[in-house]
Amino acid sequence: MPYIPNTDADRAAMLAAIGVERIEDLFHDVPEEVRFPELSLPEPLSELEIQQELLWLSEANADLNHMACFLGAGAYRHFIPSVVDQLISRGEFYTAYTPYQPEISQGTLQAIFEYQSMICGLTGMEVANASHYDGATAVAEAVIMALNVGRRRRKKVILSPTLHPQYRDVARTYTQGMGLTLVGDDDLGNGPEALAALCDGDTACIIVQNPDFLGQLYSPAELQALADAAHGYGALLVVVVDPISLGLFASPGDYGADVVVGEGQPLGNPISFGGPYLGFFATRKKYVRSMAGRIVGETVDTQGRRGFVLALSTREQHIRREKATSNICSNEALCALAAAVYLAAMGPRGLRQVAELCYHKAHYAASEIARLPGYELVGARPFFKEFVVRCPRPVDETLRYLLEEWAILGGYALGQDYPELEDCLLVCVTEMNSREEIQELVEALAELGQ
Amino acid sequence: MTEPLLYEISKAGRCSCRLPEPDVPPAELPADYLREDLPLPEVSELDLVRHYVRLSQLNHAVDTGFYPLGSCTMKYNPKINEAVCRLSGFAQLHPLQPVETVQGAMQLMYELQEFLAEISGLPAISLQPAAGAHGELTGVLIMRKALYDRGEMQRDVILVPDSAHGTNPASTSMSGLKVVEIPSDERGNVDLDALRANLSERVVGLMLTNPNTLGLFDEHVLEVTRRVHEAGGLVYGDGANLNALLGICKPADLGFDVLHFNLHKTFSTPHGGGGPGAGPVGVTAELAPYLPGPIVVLENEDERPFYTWRMPAKSIGRVKSFYGNFGVLVRAYTYIRMLGAEGLRRVAENAVLNANYLLSRIRDVYPLPYDRTCMHEFVVEGRIEGAPDVRALDISKRLMDYGFHPPTNYFPLIVHEALMIEPTETESKETLDAFAEALLKIAEEAREDPELLHNAPHTTPLGRLDEVRASHPKTMRLRYAPGC
Repeated sequence: MPYIPNTDADRAAMLAAIGVERIEDLFHDVPEEVRFPELSLPEPLSELEIQQELLWLSEANADLNHMACFLGAGAYRHFIPSVVDQLISRGEFYTAYTPYQPEISQGTLQAIFEYQSMICGLTGMEVANASHYDGATAVAEAVIMALNVGRRRRKKVILSPTLHPQYRDVARTYTQGMGLTLVGDDDLGNGPEALAALCDGDTACIIVQNPDFLGQLYSPAELQALADAAHGYGALLVVVVDPISLGLFASPGDYGADVVVGEGQPLGNPISFGGPYLGFFATRKKYVRSMAGRIVGETVDTQGRRGFVLALSTREQHIRREKATSNICSNEALCALAAAVYLAAMGPRGLRQVAELCYHKAHYAASEIARLPGYELVGARPFFKEFVVRCPRPVDETLRYLLEEWAILGGYALGQDYPELEDCLLVCVTEMNSREEIQELVEALAELGQ
Repeated sequence: MTEPLLYEISKAGRCSCRLPEPDVPPAELPADYLREDLPLPEVSELDLVRHYVRLSQLNHAVDTGFYPLGSCTMKYNPKINEAVCRLSGFAQLHPLQPVETVQGAMQLMYELQEFLAEISGLPAISLQPAAGAHGELTGVLIMRKALYDRGEMQRDVILVPDSAHGTNPASTSMSGLKVVEIPSDERGNVDLDALRANLSERVVGLMLTNPNTLGLFDEHVLEVTRRVHEAGGLVYGDGANLNALLGICKPADLGFDVLHFNLHKTFSTPHGGGGPGAGPVGVTAELAPYLPGPIVVLENEDERPFYTWRMPAKSIGRVKSFYGNFGVLVRAYTYIRMLGAEGLRRVAENAVLNANYLLSRIRDVYPLPYDRTCMHEFVVEGRIEGAPDVRALDISKRLMDYGFHPPTNYFPLIVHEALMIEPTETESKETLDAFAEALLKIAEEAREDPELLHNAPHTTPLGRLDEVRASHPKTMRLRYAPGC
């Protein structure tokens, strides 16, 4: 049997040592009427067979290596240097668990400490945790943290309408038993000023995304004004960011954010059909005891040598149980390790280069599309790597045409989340898209538009 | 033996990764929006590789040695799993691609849903939750919503045995419900009298781990679940210990209405140093409409099978973006396909055999608070006759000198100086014997030279670490900061 080393002789010796005759005797506590059911599962396969079957199943998909991809909307194709997968594939990293025993887990602990440091550097925050499940759940945990900071007395949460629709969904799912009102995202016209106007003494936090779901950037000045408005009522400003954009643009710490979260997948993690990803989570030091998740801190051992341990665990479920800041236990440590290796491989110049390539290529694509008759860019704000195009033909038809005739994943149909953008397409361009691909997209759209 | 931080080996101008020059004309950058500096380390590729390789060597892992961390099921992580999840036809799929272009991935997810349904006896599965605790939150929200939809809005209490993982009460609180703790009886089962006393029209349900964290199968489980149902409540199964039950019994047959699976425990996907895991949730047909989604459904089963997404009708909503930790799902699918029904039963049998064998080797020296046949794990007391000052922590730290990862310490909370030991089925008799010998030797050392234990570990890269310092406001350092 694969992965079970016991031989028949081993089993016989072990049963004798235990003092029972058969393995079945170990299960006498299981009610007899339900014991040993027949499981109807496919016949077992050898490694050779499963390898072939999975190759076949994987090839039944059209993957991004065989299509030009202009689809983003929360999951992004970015370049991943080879060192990332090579290093996270070391068994010493990926077959360990949460570093509860620091003397034999310094590798994981120091790697998390460095990850926290890099996330703080990127976001302009003072503390970061070891990760959440993804960007959406990090947003939900930010809401809960804001409630805790507000001593559970504040019952209102303001969401930007251009916060990722799925993040808003997850925030609502998580908080459905908490008696909150989540407002602000019912009108696409609610920009920072309108959101500020909704803020009051009952508000726990305001959550905005920058660049937002439509790719638009908000200036540090207008977000600082929003932060000031929130702080005026004792509420927190939570900013959701694309970490790649922070290679180029001001960190939320520079414009008054209290919590910075986001989807960390673009940092060295494959797009992998939606997971595993990681949510990064950073905040001000004064809120660290309200933050969820694992945190690694620096300390010394008995001989005074520097080492790292899990810190502030009295916030966590295994100590505080029902009074914990969150129920989170396993997070996305290996994805966070990938993010850390990625950030270190890129360095400040590399990350800026990636962000600039995204920016320039997206703007090139946007300007070329805007010149096509019938197509129009929506929105006057600066944008990063995604932008909205109003199309002359129905969006579904446009996307189908691009895929079937040109093998292009054309983007995201915005009508599914915003009825007023029924005829609009969200186009994403990253450093992975060549000029030729962009020209093909433009050519295809031109042909369809005629 | 310490490794410098990346920031300490950083040198301005070094760089590991080079990107191509832009092939499009540059656009103007909005000057007011830009950042001034970006404090990331600058290292060469070789420095980067050596840094992480050296860090990895400071870890104990399943791949380096025995890891009997109770309740965590640190079994071997097959290498085929790592290869297949990286196939470009899986790793290079965008989650929002049209379903026509991802039928292979959706078929895999659909079949995994079916496998988990068969194993658990619960017919409807959502693969969306990303970890066990995430599955718990999902399950409790499902129970709450289902009962509220029946108009039973007064129900606001979840019963949680005192042996439960901390995630159970924490998940309950996050769902906006109250926790009432149920004590265990003298045999480690749910105390039936206490259960009866706490069942009322306010109870949403019971969260039960079975086998429980003592490694014991509840001897009255059918009665426990029946009583909860009679009181109008639902029963949540914490699947953390499912490794003991594969092919032994179906949780649905024990009366569970909801169950989460830990694919990273039972189904061999790696723990990753603390994730990513996956915590799919299974429910009865009655609760199926409440699952989070979208989930994969099969259309045209007879003619041309076609897989598509469907949001369950009364769903509690999304619990995560997209569909779940797909890369983890591929690994678990691979494992189940390689073992089949018979293999899964052998997994449970050998996990239970290994645990009972290891227990038989040490039970004369380490006190056993509940003297019963254990399942896949067991809990002994970390105290040794003739060595009154030696604690479970000392024993754990000394085990490191013998090359073993310690058991789970001080959990469950109901056992004094608990050592919770889970060997898993992937370990050989030789390994179990070596571990037992080490524990017996340590007991001798404890009597002869307790300082050896108090000062342990001696052979690890670092000695015991000052955990208070790391959490004290005056000494707390949670990130690298220059000049500190």
